[in-house]
Formats: sequence, C-alpha cells, structure tokens
Amino acid sequence: MESYLKTDHMAVGYGKMVLLREICLHVRPGEIVTLIGPNGAGKSTILKSIIGQLKLMGGRVYLGGSRAEQLTAKERARRVSVVMTDRVRPEMMTCRDVVAAGRYPYTGRLGILSGKDRAAVDEALALVQGTDLADMEFQKVSDGQKQKILLARAICQEPELMVLDEPATYLDIRHKLELLTVLKRLAGEKKMAVLMSLHELDMAQRISDYVVCTGGGEIRCWGRPEEIFTSSVIGELYGLEEGTYLPEYGCLEFPPPKGKPEVFVIGGQGKGIPVYRRLQREGIPFAAGILYDNDMDVPAARALAAEVICAEAFEPISEETYRRAEAVMDSCRQVICCLDRFGTFGEANRRLAERGREKMTGTKISL
Amino acid sequence: MFVFLAGAVLALAVWNICSGSVAVAPEDVFRTLAGKEMDVTVRRIIWDLRLPRAAAAAILGGALSVSGFLLQTFFANPIASPFVLGISSGAELAVSFLMIACLGRGTAVSSLTMISGAFAGALAATGLVLLLSGRVKNMASLVICGVMMGYICSAVTDLAVTFADDADIVNLKSWSMGSFSGISWENVKVMAAVVFPALILVFFLSKPMSVYRLGEVYAETAGVNVRRFRTELILLSSLLSACVVAFAGPVSFVGIAVPHLIKRLLRSAEPAAVIPGCFLGGAAFCLLCDRIARTLFAPAEVSISSVTAVFGAPVVIAVMAGRRKGREM
Repeated sequence: MESYLKTDHMAVGYGKMVLLREICLHVRPGEIVTLIGPNGAGKSTILKSIIGQLKLMGGRVYLGGSRAEQLTAKERARRVSVVMTDRVRPEMMTCRDVVAAGRYPYTGRLGILSGKDRAAVDEALALVQGTDLADMEFQKVSDGQKQKILLARAICQEPELMVLDEPATYLDIRHKLELLTVLKRLAGEKKMAVLMSLHELDMAQRISDYVVCTGGGEIRCWGRPEEIFTSSVIGELYGLEEGTYLPEYGCLEFPPPKGKPEVFVIGGQGKGIPVYRRLQREGIPFAAGILYDNDMDVPAARALAAEVICAEAFEPISEETYRRAEAVMDSCRQVICCLDRFGTFGEANRRLAERGREKMTGTKISL
Repeated sequence: MFVFLAGAVLALAVWNICSGSVAVAPEDVFRTLAGKEMDVTVRRIIWDLRLPRAAAAAILGGALSVSGFLLQTFFANPIASPFVLGISSGAELAVSFLMIACLGRGTAVSSLTMISGAFAGALAATGLVLLLSGRVKNMASLVICGVMMGYICSAVTDLAVTFADDADIVNLKSWSMGSFSGISWENVKVMAAVVFPALILVFFLSKPMSVYRLGEVYAETAGVNVRRFRTELILLSSLLSACVVAFAGPVSFVGIAVPHLIKRLLRSAEPAAVIPGCFLGGAAFCLLCDRIARTLFAPAEVSISSVTAVFGAPVVIAVMAGRRKGREM
C-alpha cells in the first residue's frame, strides 16, 4: 500500500539551527508509527515540522501524494489532525464545544454545525467514551478527561493522518490504556495513519507497527517493535548507564546492589521477582538460583542479582549445577526459599532449601 | 437576551435624551422622531444636541467593547483592552498632534482625517505592544507594558496640549478628558459609516475566533490561516478603538468590563453570540455612563472616563479574583 505520509530527506530545527536531517518517514493508512527517544532528541520538532508548525529546514513532506506546503490551511486540516502538548485553557467552552472545533474545515462561513457535523461530534465523543463529559466545562474536567476530549476533537476532524505528541504523558494507567486503545481502533477500523511520540516504552512496544528511534542528533534506528525493544538498543538509545531495560516485561530495573552476595534466593515461577526487588531496595546483594533458563524470574534475576545460577529448561538439574549453587549458598549468610513445591525436576532446589534450613541460624530477613 | 439588551439600549437612549438641564417628556422625543409639529426649542434640543449625542454614545460604546473583546481574544488575556494596552493613548497622541497642527494653521479637522490619524496612532501603539508581547509571554507583564505605554503617550499629549495655543486648549482639554459632548449629526454619520461595516467584518471573524480559543496550534491545524486572521483581528480592533478616540477621546474600562459582563449574562463565550452582545451591552453601558456624567453635577459635566471607571474597575478586579480562584481549583 502507498504511504500516506512521506517525508523526503526532511531536515528539522528551530531558527537557523538544524537539529535533525535526512529524515525519511513513511506512514501507511492503518499503520501506527511511534517515535521514541530521550528528552530533547527532537521528537516534537519532527512532529511540529510535519504538521507545519515549524518551517522545514530542508527536504519535503508529502501528504497523500501532494506537497504539504502547497496545501491551503483548510485542505491540510482535512488531511491531518493533531493532539499536541500545548496547554489549552479555553474560556467557557464545554467539552462538546471543544470537540466541535474539529469540524472547522467542514462548516460554512459562520461555522454553524449541520446535522452531519453534529453526528460526527457525537460519534467522536462516543468513540473516546466521553459522551458523559459533553456538557461539562472543559476547564473543569481532569487531565485524563481533557486528553480524551482533545482526541475526540482530532477524530471528528476526520483526518487521514493523526499526529500526536506524547499523548499519554500525565495520564493514569487507565486513561493511557483507553487512549491508546482508541488509536488502535482508529487505525484498524478507519484506516487512519497514526504518527506519535511516546515516552511509555511498554505501550510503544505493544501498539506500534513501526518504531523510530531519535537520539544524539540523528535517527538512530527504526524497525518493528521486536527489533527495537531489546536491552541493548534501548539501553544505548537512552544512554542507560545504571539499571537495565527488560524487554520481556517492558520495564526498567534499578542497578543491582554492589558487593558479594549475602543472601541466596531460591526462586522460580515468577515468585522470585518481588523478593529480588525487595532486596535491591534494601541494598542487599544476593544470588539467585537455581532457575530454569526459561523461567520468568530469569530476566529480573540477571538484572538485579550479583550472581545467577541457571539450569537448562525441560531437563533435570544436573549435579554439577547443584554443586555450583551449593558453593554460592554456603558463602551467603542467609537463604530465602520462595517455593513451596519443587516437582520432580526441581529435586536440586529441594535439596538446596533443606540445606539452607539447616544452615540458617537465628536472624532471618522478614519479607 | 438580545431582545432584552436591545430594549435596554432603547430605554436608556430615551431616558438619556429626556434628562438634562432642560427636562423633556418622552412623548416629545417620539413626536420629534415622528417629525410632528412641536416647540422649536425642544425640537432643537432633542434633534441637534441630545439625539446625536445618544447615538454617538451607543455606537462608540458598542465599538469600544467589541474592540476590547477582539483584543482579549488576540492576546488570550482577559484584561486586554484598547485602554489597558495603551492603544487608545497612542491614538490620542496622534489625534492631539493632528489637531494642534491643523488648528495652528487655522484649518478645521474633518472627522475622517481624525479617524485616520487615530487609526495610525492606534496601529503604531499596537505594533509596539506586539513587539513587546513577543518578548514578554507573561500576561501581567504585557498589561504593565501597555499601561506604561499609555502613561508615556498621555504625558506627551499633555505636553503638546500645554504648548498649544490658548484658543485650542479648551477644545483639546475637554476632548482629551473623554466626553461625548458636542457631537453633530455629521460626526454620527461618519462614525456609523466606519463602525458598522467594521462590525460586519468582525462578525465574519467569529468562526476562526471560536477555534482560536483553543490556542494557535489547534486553530492552525484545524484550518485557520492564523497569520491572516491575527492581522485582520488587530486591524479591526484598532480601527474600532481609533474611531472612539477620534470622536470621544479616551474612554476607559468599557473594553474590559462589557465583554465580561456579557459573557456572564449569556453564559457563553461563543464569539458569534458575544460580538453582537458586546455591541448592545457597550451601547447600553455608555448611554448609562454618559447620562450620569451629564447629570451628576449638572450643569457641569464629569468626564466620561471617571464614570466608566467607577463601574468598570470593580468588574476587572472581580475578574482577576475569579481567575485566581479558578487556578487553585
């Protein structure tokens, strides 16, 4: 399918300063493309240049085959609508009024809404589940509700491309999820092309068809979320020096406490994660074992533990692995066992736990 | 609501015409208007003095409050108005120079020349305010800049008046205080010819104005040609306030107070409703204030600004207090 939005060697910046150059973005109808990257990397600058708020410093922007600069304001408005980060404080406007502002390119000289316009407003309100808000004053609703209404405004402008700058920032998790669900529906059902910037990596990973990374004055890399959301790409993009990005959970872990392991944690089946995090918070270095290498505890253990003892999945734990774990455990002053069942293959962990119980004297870390 | 406002304008106009050093019965006013036979003195008082004055108060009051509303939209600032931003004072300065120059040469100044002069002055002042507004984003600082500029212009005007010929001073002095007195039918015709077409143009801006309330970015991406819209807005509001200054001198607070009262009254800030509402409301407000200015210490007249300030300033204070509360919420 032909791309709806195309930027051809676009260069963007403020005043005379070029911030990023050689940008060639493509967004097809029904596709969600997300810009990620550190603060100040130029995500907003790219978006503002595409919607015509900033003058291009070079190259071209095509919307549906025609050059964006050659379109009149009205033609452009029928093709692209936006949700930006600018604070909106309209005086005495109900939420419905704000949404209805999106009908601007369709109404006549005096802006009187026709039946069709009103239907479009109602439909947009229903789509964002904002029908209840319609008659409330915009200034008096919460940030999450405001964002919903601004999205409805952008929807009822009936664009082919929607551009959103950090639409989920400042929203609680429920509103984040609802907002992005609506975007997914717009792309799926209305075949809208969506281009946005997001700081929420977990959301970006799930919602995007393509991800573009900006950082260090250039487009670092781009690709499918599977290619981008890896520990190394994200770590490098944001310059993570402390802590780790875990693509498996789509979240960040703090750096592990420094030093030799003091506590041995017998984990598995996800039960280790809360214990690892607790120990990290308390600043106690620990060892984690024996984990099957496909266990969901493994990524967290690798990020947080001083030492991790893994065993091959779907196989009984070998004597050699057990010996290694035993040696590490013996150097620790304490053992925590998160498991209550070990199973046939988990025999080694049962032995470890028993040994640990014998070894434990007096003090126990309460968890 | 509009019917109510229009009724208020009419009633106040009649009341205004009836009262004064010579009291006139309302029937006489209607008989004069109907062109019936009656006492010549009464007819002259009504037709030549009070009627044009009332018409001027209504038209200029309306123009001033619409101009204030435009500026409030433009600067997204609830206390912007031609007076506060120094635009009136700029126009005043230009007009007083013009008057001194012409009177010095012994030529009379025509209404149109006055308006053009005032318009030029208003535009110059607006340009300066715009330059400043690019630098100061803060709402309060913008207003302070405007007020300061107003003082500078007024001071220069005062100087000019002081150095003017004795004969001119009386004229200039009363004009620079702000008053609707001494307005002829000729003046009314000219002001109507300027104000009403301008108002129609303003009304056609109500659609972009409505979207502009969401800010520049949303207006532009919704299809408003923001650059053109802003230019039109500023030209029209300068023209309207220039017209007021040319005929009545600087009149304070109408431009802030009336739009706010009208928005409260209509419970809406939709420009398509507020613009006509402002015109009618401004007309009623100025008729009321002019009537008070004329009769409070009759036969002496109080300057119109003194009266409008008494009514208008509390409104501004209330608005500021209301905003503070709104922000805390």
